Amino acid sequence: MADSSLALQGSFAATPQTPFRDPTAESPVAKWTLISIAIAFLALILFMPLVAVFSEALRRGWQVALASIVEADAVAAMQLTLIVAVIAVPLNLVFGVAAAWSIAKFEFKGKAFLITLIDLPFSVSPVIAGLVYILLFGAGSYLGPVLNSWGLQILFAVPGVVLATIFVTFPFIARELIPLMQDQGTGDEEAAISLGANGWQTFWNVTLPNIKWGLLYGVLLCNARAMGEFGAVSVVSGRLRGETITMPLQVEILYNEYNFVAAFAVASLLALLALVTLVLKTVLERVYGRDHGARH
Amino acid sequence: MSAILAVPASRRQWKQPSVIPGFGLTFGFTIFYLSLLILIPLAGLGWRSAALGWSEFWRLASDPRLIAALKTSFWTSFFAASVNVVFGVIVAWVLVRYRFPGRRLIDAAVDLPFALPTAVAGIALTAIYAPNGWIGQFFQPYGIRIAYTPIGIVIALIFIGLPFVVRTVQPVMEEISREVEEAAASLGANRFQTLWRVILPGLAPAILTGFSLAFGRAVGEYGSVLFIAGNIPFVSEIAPLLIAIRLEEFNYPAATAIGAIMLILAFVVLLTINLIQAWSRRRYGYGG
Amino acid sequence: MDLRVNSIDKSFSGVAALDNVSLDIHSGELIALLGPSGSGKTTLLRLIAGLDFPTGGAIHFGNEDASAKSVQERNVGFVFQHYALFRHMTVADNIGFGLKVRPAATRPPKTEIRRRALELLDLVQLSGLENRYPNQLSGGQRQRVALARALAIEPRVLLLDEPFGALDAQVRRDLRRWLREIHDRTGHTTVFVTHDQEEALELADRVVVMSKGRIEQVGSADDIYDTPNSPFVYGFIGESSRLPVRVEDGQIWLEDRLLGLEAGHAPAGPAQLFFRPHDIEELEGCGGCIAGTVTTSRRVEAKRRVELAVGGPGHRIEIEVPAERSIPDGGRIAFRPNSWKLFRPIEARIGAKLP
Repeated sequence: MADSSLALQGSFAATPQTPFRDPTAESPVAKWTLISIAIAFLALILFMPLVAVFSEALRRGWQVALASIVEADAVAAMQLTLIVAVIAVPLNLVFGVAAAWSIAKFEFKGKAFLITLIDLPFSVSPVIAGLVYILLFGAGSYLGPVLNSWGLQILFAVPGVVLATIFVTFPFIARELIPLMQDQGTGDEEAAISLGANGWQTFWNVTLPNIKWGLLYGVLLCNARAMGEFGAVSVVSGRLRGETITMPLQVEILYNEYNFVAAFAVASLLALLALVTLVLKTVLERVYGRDHGARH
Repeated sequence: MSAILAVPASRRQWKQPSVIPGFGLTFGFTIFYLSLLILIPLAGLGWRSAALGWSEFWRLASDPRLIAALKTSFWTSFFAASVNVVFGVIVAWVLVRYRFPGRRLIDAAVDLPFALPTAVAGIALTAIYAPNGWIGQFFQPYGIRIAYTPIGIVIALIFIGLPFVVRTVQPVMEEISREVEEAAASLGANRFQTLWRVILPGLAPAILTGFSLAFGRAVGEYGSVLFIAGNIPFVSEIAPLLIAIRLEEFNYPAATAIGAIMLILAFVVLLTINLIQAWSRRRYGYGG
Repeated sequence: MDLRVNSIDKSFSGVAALDNVSLDIHSGELIALLGPSGSGKTTLLRLIAGLDFPTGGAIHFGNEDASAKSVQERNVGFVFQHYALFRHMTVADNIGFGLKVRPAATRPPKTEIRRRALELLDLVQLSGLENRYPNQLSGGQRQRVALARALAIEPRVLLLDEPFGALDAQVRRDLRRWLREIHDRTGHTTVFVTHDQEEALELADRVVVMSKGRIEQVGSADDIYDTPNSPFVYGFIGESSRLPVRVEDGQIWLEDRLLGLEAGHAPAGPAQLFFRPHDIEELEGCGGCIAGTVTTSRRVEAKRRVELAVGGPGHRIEIEVPAERSIPDGGRIAFRPNSWKLFRPIEARIGAKLP
């Protein structure tokens, strides 16, 4: 096997400081090429749009941008966005905790199927999320006219916007808590109960402290999506100025009116929200050592 | 105590007994909330499309504009997910294997498409790739338009799909054992052969899963595409947009038919992901 | 293929892992690197393979200096503790991998690679499993595939890093015997790392005992066991008892008692007396002997092991007596070791060597 072509390397023997390549690493050239490709790609796809939002918003100076943000319709949109998040996030939080408790702390048949059902809204187009509520409550449905006769307007009103938002943000918190609570097992709860705690005491004093960071993480992601949702909300909103316009819809309206600075000014608020979310997310990941998950 | 002991251990139960309380309450609420908000509305879509009748459904589904929109959706999503696989794997590798200034920032930034509202991404990408935009201006002299064409759709779909590939592949990459790479080297494989024949095939299940997730998300995407696509029927109109258009026309039967088709597509993607993972786990002993 | 390790040093970020290690391995030998964890045995193996690079010194394969060669060029078969099989490849593809990645000029045709894989699978007694995936094999089977894969490239030396470390006891014993057979049939120069002395002594032609980055002793199982050349080897291999003694006038003293053992050429002063617990002679009276009070005794296989407190400070030592002999705790026993060895006090040595 000894190949003579390499025999001349024997002369290096006296100086074992010959550059040694770790057999599990790429050459520096390959390494920096790959890093450059990655950075160039991310710059083009991720960073540039982010910069564009702020740069377009400030195109005519910060006063103009500020004026478009404090304008009445924009303020109304912000209020609605907050209201929607304040309703949708806690509801999904309660659901997430209940679902995780029943799935992670008990063994029953059909569990995997239930988890798949909970994941369903991630796989469905947001437009379909809006569509299903239109079919449920719209003209030609059974429910819509009945509710209307009671004076309850769902579609093209705030309740529809809330429902559509709940649909698309439905799995976030449950998805975060289920694997976390499954990993933690049932030992702590069983210990608490054997020491005489009741169910609520066990949850508040034992389970909740164990899951608080994961819970916060899920709330963070759920909130970001709730405030930023566009497709589902746009279908059910009806776009009544000052009434059913959320911030993302306000961006669209301003954009379609060629009021670009105002559109980007409102958009930059949403982008700031995204940045804050990312920073908090990174901090939380550091705090509780969470792995990255793909299914957001 | 005696009551617990009296339960025959051999009986196959739907739920295993537990000392932890609250199953009835939490499970009941879970099913109630899930049914009320997700399952019943989705079932409503299925029921309404079934109520159309087969011939009516077929007539609506074979609308040439719809078929064109579905094709556009499919191909742009497929292409975007493919681009994401190539660059997503590179980005994940760079983040997992190399230490360089700014790595943490980049790692955090990969999640930007998860956090940034799609409408914001849509108008920002449009601004950049429009004929007078930062990047669009360089293509304009050559007669290449990016915004308001299917290329623009692909760009938007690359943006929203990227984290799915990176975040699926990244944890699997982190678990590649050094021993396996050393084994390949000791058997004479050079670094490229090790990467190409050992590491990449080992990542295949994760890459396929990431591709499917990105593809599934892209097919349903609406907000970011709306602005950059130009929305020209038969050219740059995607299926979700067509649903929205039909709804605005109060043409609910047509919207229902498209919705049903898209829902089926979503289920197929979901099923594909589950099959990839089950297959990979059975054969290789690890999931994607 | 002879293998020469020449004054190798290796440090990891300033901490020495190997300190001036030299070793000659003859062609066809089966060598065990034996030592506790952190002794540098795996580091030495990886340096031979080219998976790491020495800080100083050289490694020769036959007459050829391999020091500057990459792991790919060295053509060594390396078997990892956790098998390191490629999980997405079938058993046959795993074994054929080394041939498949050769440059086109020396790469055998596909059918030939397949044939060789099947042949090797036969050698490791796993015929019929060629289309399985590693995940579908037991631990012992995986390690055999790993060995077949390493043999497929016709390595110049075969290197095994704790090859049986992840397997349970029965499988280990079977594989050990089987590895010896494979070695005798194929005749590869083989080096394996183990922390299991039984494995090393049973399997290897020569055992290299390592401690703290140095080679303590190289020799056959007999050499290592019968004539250990350092307190470490005496203590690490087999059972041993030791007593702090004093050499005076060519005699060995424990405090003020003469032990009846000739010190020979040992220099006067404090020393450590080592002996094997089973290799003693019980005495009735005691003119010159070791005597102690029984603190506990317990049955160990065919013998009874007795722990004694000896001398003023009550040094604890162990001896073995026939199982029939029953001694109450607190009873006295006198004995004299049949073979023993004196070393300079261990404390001094350790004090000089610890980082």
